[in-house]
Amino acid sequence: MTRQLLTDNVFLTCVPAEKHKTGFFSAQMTVPLSRETASLNALLVNVLSRGTARCPNLQALGRELDLLYGARIGASVRRSGENQIFGFGASCIDDRYVPTGESLLEPMARLMGEILCDPSLVDGRLNPLFVNNERENLVDVIRSIINDKRAYAAQRLREEMFRDEPYGVSRAGSVETAEAITTEMLDGHYRSILPQARLELFYCGSAPEEKMFDAFRKALAGLPRGGRLEPAVTTRRPAPEKYRLVTEEMDVTQGKLCIGFRSSSEDVPASIMMNTMYGGGSNSKLFLNVREKLSLCYYAGSSYDRRKGVVLVSSGIAPKNYDPAVEEIMAQLDALRRGEWEDWEFTGAKSALRNDLRTIDDSPTAQEDFIISQAAAGSTETPQEMAAAIEAVTPERVIAAAQAVRPDTIYFLKGKEA
Amino acid sequence: MTAIEYPRVGENIYRQRLDNGLELVVVSKPLHVKSYAFFAVRYGGMDMRFELNGQWLDTPAGIAHYLEHKMFDTEEGNVLQEFAKNGAVDNAFTSNAMTAYHVECTEHFYDNLRLLLSFVSVPYFTEESVKKEQGIIAQEIRMIEDDPEWRIYANLMECLYQDSPVRIPIAGTVDSIRQITPQTLYDCHRAFYTPGNMTLVCVGNVDPDKIAAIAEEILPRESGPAIPRDYGRTESMSPVRREFHRKMEVSMPMFLLGCKFVPAESGDGYLRQGILGDLACDALFGGSSPLYTRLYSEGVINASLGGNVDSLPGAAYLYVGGDVKDPARVVDELLAEARRLGEEGVDENFFRQIQRAAYGRMIRSLNTFDNIAISMSEGHFRNFDYFRFPEIFETVTKADVEAFLRETVTEERAALSIIEPV
Repeated sequence: MTRQLLTDNVFLTCVPAEKHKTGFFSAQMTVPLSRETASLNALLVNVLSRGTARCPNLQALGRELDLLYGARIGASVRRSGENQIFGFGASCIDDRYVPTGESLLEPMARLMGEILCDPSLVDGRLNPLFVNNERENLVDVIRSIINDKRAYAAQRLREEMFRDEPYGVSRAGSVETAEAITTEMLDGHYRSILPQARLELFYCGSAPEEKMFDAFRKALAGLPRGGRLEPAVTTRRPAPEKYRLVTEEMDVTQGKLCIGFRSSSEDVPASIMMNTMYGGGSNSKLFLNVREKLSLCYYAGSSYDRRKGVVLVSSGIAPKNYDPAVEEIMAQLDALRRGEWEDWEFTGAKSALRNDLRTIDDSPTAQEDFIISQAAAGSTETPQEMAAAIEAVTPERVIAAAQAVRPDTIYFLKGKEA
Repeated sequence: MTAIEYPRVGENIYRQRLDNGLELVVVSKPLHVKSYAFFAVRYGGMDMRFELNGQWLDTPAGIAHYLEHKMFDTEEGNVLQEFAKNGAVDNAFTSNAMTAYHVECTEHFYDNLRLLLSFVSVPYFTEESVKKEQGIIAQEIRMIEDDPEWRIYANLMECLYQDSPVRIPIAGTVDSIRQITPQTLYDCHRAFYTPGNMTLVCVGNVDPDKIAAIAEEILPRESGPAIPRDYGRTESMSPVRREFHRKMEVSMPMFLLGCKFVPAESGDGYLRQGILGDLACDALFGGSSPLYTRLYSEGVINASLGGNVDSLPGAAYLYVGGDVKDPARVVDELLAEARRLGEEGVDENFFRQIQRAAYGRMIRSLNTFDNIAISMSEGHFRNFDYFRFPEIFETVTKADVEAFLRETVTEERAALSIIEPV
């Protein structure tokens, strides 16, 4: 696996693999996350995937993909630290399984290049019908987060806790910024962002690296280059003296409790271990105590973002259980701070992480996400190196990592009757 | 063990019926880092009424799911911790017609397999632990009751079916699970968790003979009796109720249209009906279909529109739904397009195009071990060989798809479930 420079600020990573039924392709731009441009970038990829000069509408594009044996190409937007990563992921069945024996690789690479560089234009500009259509869809998608109360509560916590940091910006921005976009704005943004943004290309499949290098170079021959917008360096802040409580009411039967912590620890491997033992899965302290032992909730877990140095706890509870649930979530963190755990919790967390990092090799999308997030953060650490660093973590370092964590914000979504 | 090669889909398997009746399938994946074991019971949310030792038993709604939760308790404690020590990822699910337990790992595979086979075959329930679980499952039920996607489906089933247990939510209700006791759990375990009613599917770089030896060592010697089940009277093809409207905290109206059809019983016909249904959905509302592309371009639908067919014992339906501003308009368009396709036929070129797409999709689904294991288990329970799908695929014609749409997607067969914003 190598990441090599294809052309100015464009990198290609090829992962040779025979074990998958499909080949996986990706082309992603990485730019600093900001309130001003988050919605523009999210809308841009949706508009570009509506049609190309050669396949100018959904029907033509759908036909092209169907004939490539149900190939898929999809726009995606994600956050990594304080960067926004947006672009296209695509996949098609491996040439070995094509009944007619034709090769799908080159046509796929070509189509990806066209989606990025050769959109369907009207009077030299992005198609205004697509822009209007997709703007409405994007606004609907942003609004629809409320349908999933768990995701909604997690987003509300982030918005509150990071209200004056880029980290608080949602991956597709807000309803207001999305609604304000016009065709002129988006077209201008496309022409300015495309040449400047760093572009990461990825392929995992059975085709040899040289073949993919050539296929991508050919497909992106028309990619404009000029200027340079580097990814952001994610910043960290200390937690306040006293945490802040935000409560909202909604017509739900199950309450959602989210707690955001900030960590002042620079010891990433130890913090990853700490989070895994705390709320990283069905063997964690939160799961086994808050859920299994005390039956206070249906789910309780935590996640750690090593770029930002934050731990976010999320749980679903009966609204009347707010006090005991908060108390228990904090008590479990205290237990870690005091080094109170059974030996299997420590060794189990290590094996779980070892397992997670090893299985990245079995999943092209996990590999892509790992590589592109690492590249955004300017890190070259491989999953193997990360696994070795975690293997070396001692109980003392986990205790120190737990002591470095302090609550910043509690968000509680409660039912109306509570 | 019998070795079977499926060159068209690039799979090699070993398969054997053990003396105790367990169907063992090992799917060889020499290049993968992870290994996977999937232990499935032909027993799900629908199997509430059955005959055991000459007596018909009525068990509470939600019991199969409850049992799944409780199996993780062992006399020594909770088996989750044992898997945790090996860094394994284990989980389970209960669907309408299947309960399955699975574990994925990159080390200690045979230890994990032993653990999996032991905890699923040895029940251990106490009054106290069964009571405690009620709190957890009641929270799970409340959580899914707040989920509009779940709600809209549950309401559709109530409209479509008169008598079939598919009307009843798999997890049961907060009330129904209160009736569950250790004794009912033991009865259900004894009836259904027998080798003859189960499959073990292992996927990965693993040794089939070693797996067979472990399964023979740990599992009971007896196959267990076949358990007759009662799924209610044969359903008429008309729904009991045409529409169900409900208000919830959602951002946009949601709709789910369901159309009943007669389920193929078992064998290749079952697999074939699934492929046929898939192609019919592609033709009617797939992402490249004339209807989808037109409505999407007009802003009437968005990418959430989708659907498929589902076939359960005694109950089968095509469903299509999504988040749309005007559900009535979209439903009218769907029914009109089905009528048009039934009368005028599906365009030749378009049919060849969606055939390719559907075939590619089936190949693609073999990327995940879950899909492989579920398909192999379902294949055993329903008596078909899933990896032979390329041959079955070729037998589905354009005329079949047209006839299916003509018969199935009609007002007489349809019910509509709608969720509106508060």
